Amino acid sequence: MENKQFIEEIKSRFTDKIVEVTEHNPLRITFTIDPASLTGLAEVFLSEKDFRFIIASGLHTKKGFEILYHFSNDKDGHVINVHVVLPHEKPAVDSLTKLLSGAEWIEREMHELLGIEFKGHPNMVPLISEGNWPEGTYPYRKDFKS
Amino acid sequence: MSKQKIIPIGPYHPLQEEPEYFKLYCEGENVVDVEWETGYNHRGIEKLAEEKTFEQVFFLVERICGICSTSHPFAFANSIEEIGGIEIPYRAKYIRSIIGELERLHSHLLWVGLAGHFLGYDTVFMWAWKYREPVLDLFEIISGNRNSYAMFKIGGVRRDIEQAKFAKIRQELDILKKKTDLLTGAVMDDPVIHARTKNVGVMTREDIIDYAAVGPTARASGVAIDVRKDDPYAAYDMVDWNVITSPEGDVFAKAKVRLLEMYESIKIIEQSLTKMEKLPEGEIATKVWEIPEGIGMGHAEAPRGEVFHFVKTDGSNSPVRHKIRAPSYVNIATFKKSCVGQTISDAAISLAAVDPCYCCTERMAVAYDSNTGKRILSGDELIKHSQAKTRELKKQML
Repeated sequence: MENKQFIEEIKSRFTDKIVEVTEHNPLRITFTIDPASLTGLAEVFLSEKDFRFIIASGLHTKKGFEILYHFSNDKDGHVINVHVVLPHEKPAVDSLTKLLSGAEWIEREMHELLGIEFKGHPNMVPLISEGNWPEGTYPYRKDFKS
Repeated sequence: MSKQKIIPIGPYHPLQEEPEYFKLYCEGENVVDVEWETGYNHRGIEKLAEEKTFEQVFFLVERICGICSTSHPFAFANSIEEIGGIEIPYRAKYIRSIIGELERLHSHLLWVGLAGHFLGYDTVFMWAWKYREPVLDLFEIISGNRNSYAMFKIGGVRRDIEQAKFAKIRQELDILKKKTDLLTGAVMDDPVIHARTKNVGVMTREDIIDYAAVGPTARASGVAIDVRKDDPYAAYDMVDWNVITSPEGDVFAKAKVRLLEMYESIKIIEQSLTKMEKLPEGEIATKVWEIPEGIGMGHAEAPRGEVFHFVKTDGSNSPVRHKIRAPSYVNIATFKKSCVGQTISDAAISLAAVDPCYCCTERMAVAYDSNTGKRILSGDELIKHSQAKTRELKKQML
């Protein structure tokens, strides 16, 4: 996969939805994208490009809640990230479970630990706790005090 | 009222590494659905890592898994070295690969033994674990520890493998190769093992892609993914070896892939030792002064599949965020596909086929009638159930 050509192709298909593209090194690329286009881009990666979904990392930063969806291009060894930034208040994004069952657990985990809502998730029950934490307890948020 | 009964497997036991609770919904002998609960032993390691320095994180992540204890430091080192653009000495690359492959050998032997036990072949169990011991002894010779070897650090490894130890390593590998022949022969040629494992717990290629499964679980369904080949790290692109795949997707294919992978691991170690002979002793680490701000996505192929570490740094000496994904996280979710439609006696081996650090779970498994709450089967009985099926088959076939 030619990086330059690949980045241009994605940019031309998603035009103004792509906020930023970062090439960390020849095998690691991050696309920062408008959250509304997340499922669209993920679908291109999974069904057209045959990328594999590795996992998603949820972060709580000054910008708000950031999620990096990591995809692997196993043919050439790339790790391609799709990066979305969600607001501090009521963070929500579309669920990827419609595209693959493998996203089900990690979305449940991020919902539980960071309080991000995943719209359209079929089974949003806690993954780690029994669901008996006090309301509004999200341990991986930076303002969490134990 | 539904005739469904729930058979709970789990949740937890002090010796178990991955406490999990599986509920098998059964109609008579058949499993119709499976559900699970996790998090019984959530240790908050991702959060803990943020409080520690990079050097300390190695010791922390080494304790995520007791069996494949080096795979997490491996992936973490890859991600940090990616952020810093750090090149490690060749000798360190070979040492890293040797440690990774020795670990694969003992982990696969452990699985083969357990699979044998589940099927009622305790001879296979005793053989496999007996042959595993010398591998652990090699670890002790190399690192001083049979487990949790503390070999990795940023920029290389902590200890050299001195030339004087090569002869012993080679000797043990030669013996292990012969024993693997014996073990492979015993598993591959036995008609009863065929009957118990072929077409059992089948995962199709599509299932693997849908659940994003990795490692031998994926390779046994014909999905040829292996981080060592796809995104080479350490010395894996400097030695000659093959990715083992099998298209069938059943338990037998998973056993076959693991057994044949052991030969590849031995090949990798032997070649690494030969190449190391030409390199000067002692050059095992690059001096690293600082880790800049950035993100690193490091992965490594553990015995059970890809381990993935995402690290975000801010120029200080600790990670700002450290996300870890172990292979069982994605592989265990595939039980929805592999167990449903099986009989109870095949469920134990189907669950064990993905090697979910399952070694102690069965001791806690107890079957209750969901309507009356009366105990039906204990964990031991569940395994005896599986073993009895093998005995029946033996009587019919032999």
